[in-house]
Amino acid sequence: MSGSGIFTIIGPVMVGPSSSHTAGAARLGWAARAILGTEPVAAAFYLHGSFAETGRGHGTDRALLAGVLGLGPADSRLPAAYRLAEAAGLKYAFYTQDLGDAHPNTVKIVLWGGDGSQVGVTGSSIGGGEIVITAVDDLAVEFSCHYPTLLTLHQDQPGMVARVSAELAAAGVNIAFMRVFRRARGGEASMVVEMDEDAPEQAVARIAALPGMRRVRVVKAVSAC
Amino acid sequence: MLTFASGAELLALAEKENLSLGTLALRWESEQERKPEAELKARMAEYLAVMRAAVERGLTGKDRSPSGLAGGRGRLVWEASGKARVGGATLARAAARALAVAEVNACMGRIVAAPTAGSCGIVPGVLFTVAEENHKDDEALVLALFTAGVIGQLIARRATLAGAAGGCQAECGAAAGMAAAAAVELAGGSPGQALAAAAISLKGSLGLVCDPVAGLVEVPCIKRNALGAANALTSAELALAGVESAVPFDEVVDAMAEVGRSLPREFKETALGGCAATPTGRAWKEKLCRPF
Repeated sequence: MSGSGIFTIIGPVMVGPSSSHTAGAARLGWAARAILGTEPVAAAFYLHGSFAETGRGHGTDRALLAGVLGLGPADSRLPAAYRLAEAAGLKYAFYTQDLGDAHPNTVKIVLWGGDGSQVGVTGSSIGGGEIVITAVDDLAVEFSCHYPTLLTLHQDQPGMVARVSAELAAAGVNIAFMRVFRRARGGEASMVVEMDEDAPEQAVARIAALPGMRRVRVVKAVSAC
Repeated sequence: MLTFASGAELLALAEKENLSLGTLALRWESEQERKPEAELKARMAEYLAVMRAAVERGLTGKDRSPSGLAGGRGRLVWEASGKARVGGATLARAAARALAVAEVNACMGRIVAAPTAGSCGIVPGVLFTVAEENHKDDEALVLALFTAGVIGQLIARRATLAGAAGGCQAECGAAAGMAAAAAVELAGGSPGQALAAAAISLKGSLGLVCDPVAGLVEVPCIKRNALGAANALTSAELALAGVESAVPFDEVVDAMAEVGRSLPREFKETALGGCAATPTGRAWKEKLCRPF
């Protein structure tokens, strides 16, 4: 989806049949994998609305699985996702689930990494292959995956936003968008920082070491897929 | 810095600079993206290669879509095109190629959205056929894709290219308008004729509903790609003969936007109306829509 003009009309190159139900689904799987941050060994997909109803005919299942395997929406191996998953030893299961008042093209993806890590990612395919991630680990968030994104899970306390943004500033990283979410005052909170540049590893490590910080995830921009 | 807010401004600029719409679009994109024209042409040439591969794959007729509804029709029409009895071989070939690409899309093959996946057969179907007729090389085809792109840009700005927002007129309709303008330039017509062809074409699909059976990009979408190709060829032929559009391009696009807004939601990709709501459409839905 790069470019502002002609190539948003002629393009993107993608595996059919649907930019929302196939290309967007592949990106959602890819984003979930990126959020997990390691090679997944198992995946569960909970499909909602139109994804559940028309997903089989659109290859939404194969696109989601392909994304989790690290394939992008233009990868011609996408239709062979089931075979690729078996070859990679990735276990998977698909379910239909009503995710409530969500966009019709929404999926919740739970991934398990070989190192014991786990993440739940909910996201929607909102048209033209564009996606939005709406929850990570059951905490409501909102980001597009257009930018490298830093996700935190931290204790809600004064100064957290300032400390995180100071570390990024010191590393020369410009913040494009930033939002803060929390369950309750003083409770578990989350920051979504969309950046113009990838954050250097050292800066991420310093942020992870901040007092009150529970977890930091870094998600590459979806344009990388 | 090149700027244009409408088809009329684009045309004035093309006439002032004595450039085709495609060349002007390339120059504009180069300025916008701050990238050399050669790099953008190379990228478009890659897209052209994906389109060509999709035509070739579709014409083998081997693939079937996951639903079992789609596949093999492009090849049928291609094989019959040599003895076309009604519209001639050119029309039949363009229709066959458009079907072939749309079938590849339905069968989870690689395509170029132009402007969308559901309408991806029209631009390649028309352009490969017109290039063949006029002995044009890939260089000319790449420029024609820029022509198609800039027409799509104008439609996107003033109306929409999403079936969910504007019905099929916004997808197959827009693709036909884009292809018509590009066909005119590929055949050596003027920028004014190209814009007229787009206007004539868009008028022909005003109000076209988006009514996919079982919500899939197959019925009636695939055959609408063939019909969109026919619309584009006819519109281009009219414009090349000197026929103008009584209603100018920009006003047609504005009408398209208004019609799209007024269309009930049943006709905007919800699969609740039109072909999707026929007894046959409902029966397919019953058979194909199995939840996970």
